Amino acid sequence: MRKAKLKVILAALPRIMGVARRMNPAFERHLRSGGGVIQVRLKDNSVARHYIFRDGAISTSAGLHAQPDVDIAFHDAGVALQFLKPDADQGDIIHFIKNYLVEMNGDDTVAVWFSGLVNTMQSGMWKQGTKMPDGTHRFVTNTNGGPLFVYVKDGRIVRTCPIDLAEDDPESWSVEARGKSFKPYRQSMVNVHALATKSLVYSDRRLLYPMKRVDFDPNGERNPQNRGKSGYERISWDEALDIVAGEVTRQKQTYGPGSITVLHGAHHQMGNVGYWLSSLMRFSNILGAPMQMFSPISWEGWYWGAMHHYGNSLRLGLPGAYGTMEDCMQECDMIVFWSSDPEATSGLYAGGEGSQRRLWAKELGIQFVHIDPHFNSTAQMLGGKWLPVRPTTDSALAQAIMHVWITEGLYDKDFVERCTTGFDEWKAYILGEEDGVAKTPEWQEVETGIPAKDVISLARLWGTKKTYLSAGGLGTGFGGACRAATGQQWARNMILLMAMQGWGKPGVNFGNMQCGVPLDLLPYFPGYAEGGISGDVTKNAGFINNYVRMPHVVTMNSASQRIPRERSSEVVTTGSASYYAWDGSAMEQQFGEISYPSPGQSRPHMIYQYGASSFGTTMDSSRLIKMHRDPSIDMVVSQAIWQEGETQFADIILPACTVVERPDISEVCGCAGFAHHNQNQVNHRMVVMQHKCIEPLGESKSDYRIFADILTRLGFGAMFTEGCDELDWCKRVFESSDLPSYISWSEFLKKGYVVLPPQAPETRDPVEMRWFYEGRKKETPEPHPLPSDYKTGFLEGLQTQSGKIEFLPNSLKRGDPDNPERPVLNRYVPAWEGRHSGDLAKAYPLQLVSSHPRYSFHTQADGKSGPINAIEDHRMRADGHDYWVVRMNSEDARERGLAQRDLVKLYNERAAVICAVDVSPLVARGSLKTFESCAEFDFIEDADGNIVDRGGCMNLLTPSRTQAKGTSSIAPNSCLVQAEKWSGLWGRNDEKMESGDRRRRVHELQ
Amino acid sequence: MKKWNLVIDVAACTNCNNCAVATQDEFAGNSFPGYSGPGAPDVRTLDVDRHVRGEGAMVDVHYVPRMCNHCDDAPCMKVGGDAISKRDDGIVIIDPEKGKGRHDLVDACPYGAIKWNDAEQLPQNWIFDAHLIDQGWTEPRAAHVCPTRALRALKLEDAEMSALAQAEGLAVLKPELNTGPRVYYRNLGPALSQFIGGNVTADGGNVEGADVRLLRDGKEIAATETDAFGDFRFDQVANGSAGYSLHAKRDGQGAGQVDIEGAVETSRVVTVVLN
Repeated sequence: MRKAKLKVILAALPRIMGVARRMNPAFERHLRSGGGVIQVRLKDNSVARHYIFRDGAISTSAGLHAQPDVDIAFHDAGVALQFLKPDADQGDIIHFIKNYLVEMNGDDTVAVWFSGLVNTMQSGMWKQGTKMPDGTHRFVTNTNGGPLFVYVKDGRIVRTCPIDLAEDDPESWSVEARGKSFKPYRQSMVNVHALATKSLVYSDRRLLYPMKRVDFDPNGERNPQNRGKSGYERISWDEALDIVAGEVTRQKQTYGPGSITVLHGAHHQMGNVGYWLSSLMRFSNILGAPMQMFSPISWEGWYWGAMHHYGNSLRLGLPGAYGTMEDCMQECDMIVFWSSDPEATSGLYAGGEGSQRRLWAKELGIQFVHIDPHFNSTAQMLGGKWLPVRPTTDSALAQAIMHVWITEGLYDKDFVERCTTGFDEWKAYILGEEDGVAKTPEWQEVETGIPAKDVISLARLWGTKKTYLSAGGLGTGFGGACRAATGQQWARNMILLMAMQGWGKPGVNFGNMQCGVPLDLLPYFPGYAEGGISGDVTKNAGFINNYVRMPHVVTMNSASQRIPRERSSEVVTTGSASYYAWDGSAMEQQFGEISYPSPGQSRPHMIYQYGASSFGTTMDSSRLIKMHRDPSIDMVVSQAIWQEGETQFADIILPACTVVERPDISEVCGCAGFAHHNQNQVNHRMVVMQHKCIEPLGESKSDYRIFADILTRLGFGAMFTEGCDELDWCKRVFESSDLPSYISWSEFLKKGYVVLPPQAPETRDPVEMRWFYEGRKKETPEPHPLPSDYKTGFLEGLQTQSGKIEFLPNSLKRGDPDNPERPVLNRYVPAWEGRHSGDLAKAYPLQLVSSHPRYSFHTQADGKSGPINAIEDHRMRADGHDYWVVRMNSEDARERGLAQRDLVKLYNERAAVICAVDVSPLVARGSLKTFESCAEFDFIEDADGNIVDRGGCMNLLTPSRTQAKGTSSIAPNSCLVQAEKWSGLWGRNDEKMESGDRRRRVHELQ
Repeated sequence: MKKWNLVIDVAACTNCNNCAVATQDEFAGNSFPGYSGPGAPDVRTLDVDRHVRGEGAMVDVHYVPRMCNHCDDAPCMKVGGDAISKRDDGIVIIDPEKGKGRHDLVDACPYGAIKWNDAEQLPQNWIFDAHLIDQGWTEPRAAHVCPTRALRALKLEDAEMSALAQAEGLAVLKPELNTGPRVYYRNLGPALSQFIGGNVTADGGNVEGADVRLLRDGKEIAATETDAFGDFRFDQVANGSAGYSLHAKRDGQGAGQVDIEGAVETSRVVTVVLN
């Protein structure tokens, strides 16, 4: 019976396809793009049929074919019928594939083509986007700075606009506070770098064709020493893919596992399918190419320091933010911003969503204090008292505040008694009983430059008013002072300050109105950290929901080693390195040292680079030049969208397209994983269908397609794609989530977004730490910590050994008891690169702070000849070149004979960077303020190999040293430099002129 | 006849630059015949000026978005001939055909609001996105993308707009030129004036709640109280004005006085010691 049914279905297929050809132009196009003989049978051959696809024609016969290109064999008719159902259960399909109940053998190219053909029967009929009255077609996309409508006409983007919510989108929340009612604007507020999307797509820096370095011969001289010097020639995709696939095989046979190293940045264009934790991880796992191990770059001090006092390891030591926006509006008297500039960082991924709410705080009469070497964007907007602290000395200020609290009795003694341990020892240290130095306001003044009287005023205010502490860009950590030699001390002190003021009591918490918006966070949609389509269940957060909710083939990398990102150049040039891991599953995971390479695995001999601006984001980044030119590296492949940063060091360039040229799907501000419920920064929870708005430019292809093409050459194509193109994957992600309860797939595809309704006032989340303050079981909706990490019972107490906030952490006593750079008792230890650095500080007297950028998302949207370059607070134009901006105090400028917009050479022993100087009183004396993460690396080398850059790579100047031994943590904000007027001799360097020509030549080629 | 006006709240502008870049996005690679030629990455017809005041730890910053004022008595039109026209709805347009090569128009605007697009050889202004307005848009893109709604586009009768300007205390740039700008500002005062501020101390500590008075030529003109940090500030002191002195006192902590030397060309930050 089943066999008879199967025979009928198999025989009917060509007729169904015939209908599809007439109705479905996409199907017809796909049909004509390939061909071959496909044979479908039961394993015992009791049912068999083959199909011949040739030049757009379809024919079929019952029985076996002598030489099928692809043979599909089902275990039995029951399996076949389940597999071939129009709406087959994806879990069943994965089960059949994984357990050999269906086997597909033959030519991988034909197999991938045929799978695509079958899928296109459905997907080719899907309607995407909305026709507008003005003749444009409105698509939707998502960016790291918020979602956009993308208006397209004649295959070209006309404009991109923020999304105004429609009338039938769910009603917005409202908050009542101090007799007033507040409601957010019904628009998704975006960042300026989102609005630059069109300019990025059509940038003259786009890579539009595969290219090969002219003096790189994979079969002969490879000339690694010329990387970054010699030019490129255009090659075909076939040639490029053959070279890359061929090298993969050669590497594995020559060196064994682990020699192909994948290097990439920490971020990618938004999208759950195309993210690096998704497609790239799937690719690298199947290829057997190890990926990098990051340190928690923007979290450092919280992960390696703060968490030991109170837990939250699964947030990498950052506090949560549930319910805090409303609590802040209703209860709080004062917000202390400490190394915190949410207007610049947009919290994290949240576009302009927080600005309106911070203006509410102002309207409500909440008082503001800003502790920062820079009178930053947020301070400029809100006003308030500015304490221009010297970089890296913040901890002295924090301890002096605690000194005032202790001596004047201005702390919550009851909370300290009930909810903390170790306070007596801490108090003895603060009062100087332990080391003979009382941490008084006068003591700190010498360190920080903040007058003692101001510290006394602040401490008294803080000790008597309900205060929110906004630490870092999110208000709950992130960036700034946690990325310095003293980063851990600072973050630890932030927790200890709150421990003394009754963290969790009404009006007392972490935040700055950026997070803790009353959204309904419970409906599930995966964040990018949940691994997307990677199939990986060990290197991302996919195992929590994604792997269960979206059945897909599990992938695992046999070359399991991870190259530490900040040590990648040492790994390449010396062959080994050791590091401490980023693993937030428990506080103790960070104590173990890991060696690279893993025993039996190879050191790197091939670099597969994905994205190309690590010069802007890696400390002391001229190290990367040596890395790229090291003779141990046989090939450097760069898969990138733009010619930027390190693309110029590649042997083979594979041009990728932008996210608006391929389909993807994502939630606005949704990353999940260690940033659980990160979307609680936006005013309306929104999930976006990221349409393929236009065709890829030139010969560029989506990352996914490039990976699929390489793997198909190696026979892994069907395994990689599971027969799906990106749009099919988007549907699988959609179906894995709770979205189908809110919108149908076809409506979602057409409209392009869905807004999830907010919580009703009576079901809003409880306030972060209120349970702890009031002595109840934990009640905030986060799966943190792991159940096994509770001490007295499930949901009872914090993750620490005592379940309380520990002034002297037990985890450090156990795991790292004798480390003077991270002492159990959080002593003030001056920065190893700072004003106490003796001769170094004399030679390089200025302290450079390079924080997360405002006008670009890290490197994204910087450079590329776009309008972001024309923002004077980002780059300034001089002699036709857009120079990175460094902000300098007026007095420091006067001493150096510098005026506004002058070109200035910042330098130390590591390198020199030419910037334009912005002179004002908005920066503390002796400090320089700039942004990290330029996308440009535009350099010359002198005879001694010293690097001078005019791209704005501030990280050429920053130290590569870890914050403290026992950790792998970056410390870019401990950076001494000197500044002098730049004489402008750039054009006289012949080599540079040549390399400038080289860049132009690349574009002439296109 | 209702006409377009733009009202900008300087206090709500954070220098995010969304307005400027959205405007550039609108014209990047786009030509709108009769309205505008294509823009260029380095041509900002809408720009944001920064005004920094103060010194030491007492500073403030105000951002003033600037663009074509769509003046009712537009100086550019006096030299523009048929290259520049004013629409019935108040919007001033430089014709992208007739304006070609007219670099002279750049100098005709006393506000510096006409920019030269070298690639296109065109003088360009911010056209209020008239091409979108004519399609039914209710605001230009610059206002649409503002996260704090610092920019408001209003289509009003001139009498209504005057009443609104009066009621909300709106100002225009360079009113002395009498060009009749249609772009109005709220909270513009601090950006165009100075402050006299400082700190009151006694016995080396900050004095909260001190009574501080600002005198000009010996006559009291304003009074305030110090905050928890002992700080005070008198805003909107006219540029270049002179003759000021400060008197501060607090019961039990004494009194102090400081004369402000010379004319106030830049904001002054002083310390008043009570004894």
